[in-house]
Amino acid sequence: MATSGLFYRGFRDGVFSGLPFSLVLVPFGMLFGVVATEAGLNIYEVMAFSVLVIAGAAQLSAVSLMSENAPVLIVLAISLAVNLRMGLYSAALVPTFGKLPLWKRSLACYWLFDQPFALTSLDLKKNPNRSVDERLGFFFGVGIPLSIFWYSATFIGAYLGEFFPTNIGLDFAIAATFLSLIAPLLRSPAHLAAAFVSVLGTLLLQSLPFNTGLLIAALAAMLVGSEIERRLPKKGGV
Amino acid sequence: MEDKAYLWTVIVLLGLGTWLIRFSFLGLIGDKPLPTYFKQMLNYTAVAVLPGLAAPVVLQAPGIGIEPARIISALVILGIGIWTQNMLKSIAAGLVIYFSLHYLMM
Repeated sequence: MATSGLFYRGFRDGVFSGLPFSLVLVPFGMLFGVVATEAGLNIYEVMAFSVLVIAGAAQLSAVSLMSENAPVLIVLAISLAVNLRMGLYSAALVPTFGKLPLWKRSLACYWLFDQPFALTSLDLKKNPNRSVDERLGFFFGVGIPLSIFWYSATFIGAYLGEFFPTNIGLDFAIAATFLSLIAPLLRSPAHLAAAFVSVLGTLLLQSLPFNTGLLIAALAAMLVGSEIERRLPKKGGV
Repeated sequence: MEDKAYLWTVIVLLGLGTWLIRFSFLGLIGDKPLPTYFKQMLNYTAVAVLPGLAAPVVLQAPGIGIEPARIISALVILGIGIWTQNMLKSIAAGLVIYFSLHYLMM
């Protein structure tokens, strides 16, 4: 099959895998639109946030810090810290996308948020035989439609303003989508141990500033996972 | 927000900084070979980050603390997810249970 055909096939699979996540991204984007508008941003400013940053939790953190007139450096440090986990995602995709030309990698990085990363990692295990083009198609297939939902929802939220209730358990709905991604990732004792270390570490290190607890816990979990994998006897045939 | 320079400085730099974080390893390492041990660790990235993102939200509802609806629903999502390996079923069941319990108990 020609390269573009493979890209298209991956893209289509990515769209189907990613679409369910719009159910939660849409209210989240609306919430951002509402909160940013209430903080005094006009529609262009609100949209610039969602288009340029495309990371909900960091956007919310920046708007709330700016409402308190925090200095630029503080706003940036705290909000960027929320996104540092994406540096891990960037590293994790090196074996998958590292061979692509620089411009494709640079473009793909714009969409490197939780859902495209997690679904692409999951798909690596489910469909190990995809070519790099097909896999890039899958990644974009998850990311591009979700980003369009994200912008649209932000726009709607900014327009609806105060009519949209903000306290509806949305934080849990987002966490719930992450939980649904975790179940299929628990494939071995090593993965189970990594997940356990991640939970325990994050909870124990919650008081650390700049969201660093999550990062330290993640690094510890990755170490524990790979260490257990190295020590456990390999399953036959793998 | 009155101070436009302040606002746009934050928007542009936060956008740029976020992209740079996303670009960091994938952009700079490219196809240079990674040490095997490092590669093995990276296989655990998703399972090392997502539980850490979810756990505090499940165990600490804002303004409430422990909310049984969250914990029950989380267990249902994980249970159905592990059992059926179907994300759509697990998330649908989990959210229905969460929102029913959440509004019943309020």
